[in-house]
Amino acid sequence: MVSMKDVSMVYKTSGTLATDHLSLNIDEGEFVFLVGPSGSGKTTIIKLLTGEIKANEGEISVNGFDLTHIRRRRLPKFRRTLGVIFQDFRLIDDKTVYDNVAFAMHVVGASKREIRERVPYVLKLVGLEGREKRLPQELSGGEQQRVAVARALVNRPRLIIADEPTGNLDPAKSLELMLLLQKINELGTTVLVVTHEKELVNAFAKRVISIENGSIVSDGMDGYYAYEA
Amino acid sequence: MKLNRFFYLIKEGIKSIFTHGFMSFASVTIIVACLIIMGSFSLLSFNIDSMISDMEQDNEILAFVEDELSDEEAMAIGTRLEAVSNVSSVTFVTRQEAFESFKAEYDDDTRFDDLPDTTLRHRYVIHLEDLSLVETTAQDIKAINGIADVGAELEISRAIITIRNIISLVSFVIIAILFVVSVFIMNNTIKLATYSRKEEIAIMKMVGASNAFIRFPFVVEGMILGLLGGGVAFFIEWGLYSLLTEKLMATIIGGIVNVVAFEILLIPMLAIFLGIGLLVGVFGSSVAIRNYLKI
Ligand SMILES: Nc1ncnc2c1ncn2[C@@H]1O[C@H](COP(=O)(O)OP(=O)(O)OP(=O)(O)O)[C@@H](O)[C@H]1O
Ligand SMILES: [Mg+2]
Repeated sequence: MVSMKDVSMVYKTSGTLATDHLSLNIDEGEFVFLVGPSGSGKTTIIKLLTGEIKANEGEISVNGFDLTHIRRRRLPKFRRTLGVIFQDFRLIDDKTVYDNVAFAMHVVGASKREIRERVPYVLKLVGLEGREKRLPQELSGGEQQRVAVARALVNRPRLIIADEPTGNLDPAKSLELMLLLQKINELGTTVLVVTHEKELVNAFAKRVISIENGSIVSDGMDGYYAYEA
Repeated sequence: MKLNRFFYLIKEGIKSIFTHGFMSFASVTIIVACLIIMGSFSLLSFNIDSMISDMEQDNEILAFVEDELSDEEAMAIGTRLEAVSNVSSVTFVTRQEAFESFKAEYDDDTRFDDLPDTTLRHRYVIHLEDLSLVETTAQDIKAINGIADVGAELEISRAIITIRNIISLVSFVIIAILFVVSVFIMNNTIKLATYSRKEEIAIMKMVGASNAFIRFPFVVEGMILGLLGGGVAFFIEWGLYSLLTEKLMATIIGGIVNVVAFEILLIPMLAIFLGIGLLVGVFGSSVAIRNYLKI
């Protein structure tokens, strides 16, 4: 599903070695936390996995797409097999909740009927029924993030990638969101979550990959920040 | 493209005009302003050009027929004159007619009354197509058998030509400068208008939208705003021009010059305004978002 082999990535502008000969594998159906201190390279890994940036060295493959050699023109097709969630939600301000989710289906060329059936279903799944007509600024942070989750889900991606999805949420809302992602995982989608929140990670008994200075320092099912132990 | 998606994208483009109402308004205003300024200058130079054409038409040359020829022979030369290149019209004036009008001009003067009506020569009044070729044409005419002399006011012709050339050059330069300035201003307006959409475009890319999918609504939006700007500018220009020329014709100048009626230019003006508006809208919006599509 996700495979990184010996991947190195240097930001030209700062000269930072953001990932250092890093290798990791994630199988279909897994739920994985990616943890590490600030600046350790977590967001860089996410960007490499979504094709936003290219590695200098090594091989990356996601959902069967070889990202090392992928052409720019093929990127949209690849991205449609992914669902991505960010800390700052990234909703379109002037679209309603419904339209923010529906437009992702228009992107893949879904029919009117499919859209009319699928959008209400995912909005219900993330607990947003009754909020369809609201604009993002008329929602709480937790609700906005659930719109982003609904958008990430709506095209039935095989993999959901979330970069600090709880960064702007209070602890109760963070737990709620994590439970939602777990539910989605149980429905069959692979989930990769980057987070800083130790308590949250400890509350789930999942695989945790810890990185530091662009290298993996621990990878296991212990359910806590291994590098702190 | 699937029909559903096609209509969705058109709808998105139209919606976007309203959701970015202020920027739409600003873009249309800029297009209207630039078009009106350029249009006004073009109209001014068009009018000057047509006035000079009128003056050229008034400028005639005279070809005097040799005295020995009979009236019939003199009249026969007409067809040969018409065949000379650059000659647009040829009118025969008999020596009697010429003498009558000469006398009429000096009405109070009785000195000429006793002269015979054969004092003057038969002549042809000739108008030219292109005044700048007056010298060669005059020579060509002089070379014709039976023509004794050619009278052309070369000085006046040269002056008219010089004025026309200067005015053409000046208006071309001014319109070119205005065009460059307009393109610059519009480019900046469109950049400003699309800057706020950077985030939106990044989100669309992340969800897997192709460049064409992202560009389409922008181009629809640019097209509509451009056409709107062109149309509004056209009607304002029309009103402005009619008002100004009406005011102008009411003054003394009205007795001297003739302005071109806007109604004659209606269709080409509308086509040009809409065309430029459309071009600016489509071109501007697709160029402006190109930068954001590289993510
Ligand atoms: N666009 C960039 N240009 C140059 N250097 C960058 C860029 N983005 C990140 N870096 C550098 O690369 C390193 C890794 O950054 P990255 O964003 O992956 O960290 P992170 O683990 O996501 O941190 P955080 O937890 O604070 O989000 C850092 O040293 C950072 O300064
Ligand atoms: Mg980060």
